[in-house]
Amino acid sequence: MKKVYTRPKTLKEAHFHYCPGCGHGIINRILMEVVDEMDLREKAICVAPAGCGMLLYNYFDIDTLESAHGRGAAVATGIKRVRPDNLVFSYQGDGDLAAIGTAEGFHAANRGEPISVIFVNNGVYGMTGGQMAPTTLTDQVTTTTPLGRDPILAGHPVRICEVFAMLDGTVYLERVTVNNPAAVIKAKKAIKKAFQCQLDGKGFSLVEVLSPCPTNWKMGPVEACRWIDEVMTKQFPLGVVKEVS
Amino acid sequence: MSGNAALGEAAVLSGCTCYFGYPITPQNELTEYMAKRMGELGRVFIQSESEIAAINMVLGASVAGARAMTSSSSPGMSLKQEGISYLAADELPAVVVDMVRGGPGMGNISPAQSDYLQATRGGGHGDYKTIVLVPGSVQELTEVVPLAFDLADQYRNPVIVLGDGMLGQMMEPVSFENIKPPKEYPKDYILTGAKGRPARMVRSLLFDTKEEEEHNWKLVRKYQRMEQNEVRYETFMADDAEMIVVAYGIGARIVKGAIKRLRQENMKVGMMRPITAWPFPAAPLQELAKTVHDFFVFEMSAGQMIEDVRLALAGKGRIHFYGRPGGVIPTPVELYRIIGRHYYMAARRKQQ
Repeated sequence: MKKVYTRPKTLKEAHFHYCPGCGHGIINRILMEVVDEMDLREKAICVAPAGCGMLLYNYFDIDTLESAHGRGAAVATGIKRVRPDNLVFSYQGDGDLAAIGTAEGFHAANRGEPISVIFVNNGVYGMTGGQMAPTTLTDQVTTTTPLGRDPILAGHPVRICEVFAMLDGTVYLERVTVNNPAAVIKAKKAIKKAFQCQLDGKGFSLVEVLSPCPTNWKMGPVEACRWIDEVMTKQFPLGVVKEVS
Repeated sequence: MSGNAALGEAAVLSGCTCYFGYPITPQNELTEYMAKRMGELGRVFIQSESEIAAINMVLGASVAGARAMTSSSSPGMSLKQEGISYLAADELPAVVVDMVRGGPGMGNISPAQSDYLQATRGGGHGDYKTIVLVPGSVQELTEVVPLAFDLADQYRNPVIVLGDGMLGQMMEPVSFENIKPPKEYPKDYILTGAKGRPARMVRSLLFDTKEEEEHNWKLVRKYQRMEQNEVRYETFMADDAEMIVVAYGIGARIVKGAIKRLRQENMKVGMMRPITAWPFPAAPLQELAKTVHDFFVFEMSAGQMIEDVRLALAGKGRIHFYGRPGGVIPTPVELYRIIGRHYYMAARRKQQ
């Protein structure tokens, strides 16, 4: 019989702690598929974040450091400067990269550090219980915007890819999602491309992944996937935002 | 050579291959020196976007196996505390230099000793300690810096070099002959890519309270080893002294001048100068307290090290204090007058 699906070698045999319908599990899996397919297990160093993604070191069978909230890009910079031949990537949420760690992410991008950032955008602070994130949509209800995000009081959703695209140090920025099988395949391709950019020494690469958070969005998993298409992608259009050949 | 530049060269000779820093007075000469020297040597130098980024780059370089250093001054040190706490929790070596200036807040750019408590109590969140070295001259910087790198590697813990604006900026002749080539330490924890070995993880998050408590006790046992083995201090004219001045760094340098004058007038004053502010030389002080009743604490702060002196003496003897906070540097003559006055008062009290 032909085997059509198997666990990636570098994904440990552990149960994900993620909520049902969460995008992290898919992103974790395709990351390790890419590591396998590009034969990077012995080269990869991952910088894990604070937030729901922080426990990924329980799943990734690669060298991993857990960084302080928001500091992933600075820590990855330090690692990469010492070990330029390794593949160094950080895995960061929207609060991590677009709020508390904006400076670190922005300046690593501006310096063109040849690192890759996997930026998981689910529009909320997941682990702390669904507070407003910098990427929360206008009028979106969260525990700290109970009447919906009012731009006059709470600002506007931040488009990280578009902001980073202005910086000369960035070479590859793409926004993807994982809400359907075709999208997952595209997301995987984007991660592969980002890693290749790094291996080629081109500069800073980032893949933004719109990821469902049914628990904090107060939706069912199917509804959450639909919401990404119908609402979230209006603010965060999918596709390559910048590619320098 | 300025203290800042000498510190930089000492770090280079100690095998520091990565330096990350953000400009702040009065330590800019160090950052500038490293920019030039690290460039010449093909080592890593980054002027980071903030002190927070700098300490996290240090953490990254350290977990990748390099000897890494950052430097700052008081307001910048407050920002680095988060990273220092993580370094301690992750058990990663690093050297952090603080050229202290007047505070709190923006304060000023004059030399001060008002970060003593921040440095010796951990400084950031959580139960942790860092070894704190407090050199008193430019030449001593060349002894303390290689020691800092070795202790950091030996204990896998951040080490603080606590100077002040004056030490950083004053010019003195200096020799680097004492610095030996860097020693090799086992690096079985660093991240290199899991080539031919199981994957490693370096983390400070331990959700299980039992695990976290065990990790904390493990750190405590390490700090206890430091307290047992790493106390460093110097005494000056202490043998026959009837009053012992406790002072460190540049403060001790000024006190030395004052003691020389006091001795000319037959006032039996000596000094105990900590070289490690943490672990604090409590036992040597207790030993002195067997024969000396009066201790005089001088600090360029409103009184911080005095807490350690009180703890060490535990009610024994009398503690006198003189402090000049806010970036003020007293002259040896000023200290000679103040210490002399207290010495006479103490002598009169004894006669009564």
